[in-house]
Amino acid sequence: MSIDLNAPAAPRGGPTTPPGRGDPGRSQRMKTRLAKLDIRVSPYLYVAPFFVLFAIFGLYPTVYTIWLSFTDTSPLNPTTNFVGLDNYATLIGDPNFWNSVFNTLGMFLLATVPQLLLALVLANWLNRKLRGIHFFRAAIAIPIVTSTAVVALVFGLSFFARDFGLANGLLELVGVDRIDWRAERWSSWLSIATMVDWRWTGYNALIYLAAMQAISADLYEAAEIDGASRARQFWQITVPLLRPTIIFTVIISTIYGLQLFTEPLMFTSGSGALGGGSLGQFQTVTMFVVEAMRAHQRWGYAATAGLVLLLLIVVVAAINFALVRRLGSER
Amino acid sequence: MTLTTQVVPPPAGRLRVQAAEAAPRVHRAGPLTVIGLTVAAILSVFPLYWMVIIASRTNASAYEWPPALLPGGNLGENVRRVLDNSDAAILKGIVNSFVAAGTITISTVLFSSIAGFAFAKLRFRGRNALLIAILLTMMIPVQLNIVPLYRLMIELDWLNDIKAVTIPFLISGFGIFLMRQYTLQSVPDELIEAARVDGCSTWRIFRHVVAPALRPAAAVLGLLTFMQYWNEFFWPFIVLADPSNPTVQVSLRTLNSAYHQDLAQIFAGTLIATLPLAVIFVLFFRQIIRGIMEGAVKG
Repeated sequence: MSIDLNAPAAPRGGPTTPPGRGDPGRSQRMKTRLAKLDIRVSPYLYVAPFFVLFAIFGLYPTVYTIWLSFTDTSPLNPTTNFVGLDNYATLIGDPNFWNSVFNTLGMFLLATVPQLLLALVLANWLNRKLRGIHFFRAAIAIPIVTSTAVVALVFGLSFFARDFGLANGLLELVGVDRIDWRAERWSSWLSIATMVDWRWTGYNALIYLAAMQAISADLYEAAEIDGASRARQFWQITVPLLRPTIIFTVIISTIYGLQLFTEPLMFTSGSGALGGGSLGQFQTVTMFVVEAMRAHQRWGYAATAGLVLLLLIVVVAAINFALVRRLGSER
Repeated sequence: MTLTTQVVPPPAGRLRVQAAEAAPRVHRAGPLTVIGLTVAAILSVFPLYWMVIIASRTNASAYEWPPALLPGGNLGENVRRVLDNSDAAILKGIVNSFVAAGTITISTVLFSSIAGFAFAKLRFRGRNALLIAILLTMMIPVQLNIVPLYRLMIELDWLNDIKAVTIPFLISGFGIFLMRQYTLQSVPDELIEAARVDGCSTWRIFRHVVAPALRPAAAVLGLLTFMQYWNEFFWPFIVLADPSNPTVQVSLRTLNSAYHQDLAQIFAGTLIATLPLAVIFVLFFRQIIRGIMEGAVKG
């Protein structure tokens, strides 16, 4: 939002004092006490709704999840037993879990790296003087109106279909054999990463554009005078100054990217979709969690996997933070 | 009056003045830039255009090569078929999505404005700690807690009920941050002080001094919130397993599962599901783009 300090409408005078009844001094004191109470209590009242809701739907479930991870809770079990670290031990020895971790990290890298680089380039282009630049900004932002479910259907059913898909049609034109996109790990990852990138590249480009517009033009003018090329200006002025914003987008992409669910789920249809392909070649950790809960009815185990997913997000976010923080500082 | 001493200045710093009206950009776009932008724009728009093509043709033509590149005349027919499809219940889904996303939007804007005002302009013990707590809560993904949340929904008897996808999301930490930031920047302290001197209660100050100034930010927050919850898939998919009472995104999943050979019908469904947000985008794209650009930078 722009920082216009346009003053809002002036307050409409003071409150009308009700005609005093009885002892005027006493009502005055009463009023003062009420005003003090108002100042003391109002702030808490105003922030309370968030915390009430969070206590019920955030904090309580989190504590509950931790407890569940030490139990064999299942709607199929008549009793619930405390099983200590059994779920964790099972999870660490579960090849299907590690497969889902591998897929999640793989698709995350395959989607996020090109996405953010492309967004950076797009933002740099959008940050130019050009007639109709608003049209380009709107066009590049328009994928945000589509839901991930819609993206998954349009791309999955039409672009990455095996027998008639647009991608295969184009490949045949240049003499490449049709690809069964869902069959292989690499091809399914590529399809899903494409969906993610189509949806989010423009969004990230707009975020970078906002940060670029905040960079003073003097810096570029000075660089120009020193004879620095456009490319050099981009890498030595723009990128280092964008570092906080790049860190922000990397962290957000990590948090959402590692929770990837809808696109791989919708890539296949039917009841086995949570498995992520015939061999689990595109099952993500979130799909693993839901499968453990829904299909296998192992609630304690699902809770354990959910906690490990959170741990994974925190670790990967920390690694990415450390990596990106050094960006441009070594040059 | 003694009350004025209670009014404190806002925390120093943090008031980042964005260079919205900064010096003009130096570079003009070269021909390569124009070509690059044009390609990016076409790639961004094409899948949506393709959706319209398939949704307006016969199902058979969705399987043709070379593909049709112009819309056909079957849109009405395909839309009617998907609306009549009782398995997917897409009309019900649309109504549910409007009710859920609409309720969440109104509530989020209202409560975020009030809480954002409190964090920006009122002094109280534990203010900073609570603000940090909100920031931390934003990190907890729903995915982590699906088992207990699912169980909670069973206990509350909210399974397959629109309440399950509405009530847990009525306030957002992000909204509070956005409104706090905007209040800090757009409401001068002198104004609040003056109102206090006049004997205004805190609520009156919010209602008559702060709220009118927050309208632009409230509009942006409302648009982004509505879009987010209209498009939400994961949680509705978990708790609205009964296909007769879906949100619109869950309807699409049902369509995909049962009718994946009928592309024309499915694409008519995706078109219907996208249309409300497309209309909102066309009407408010400046606000939306500004919201994404500024909200993220300041969040």
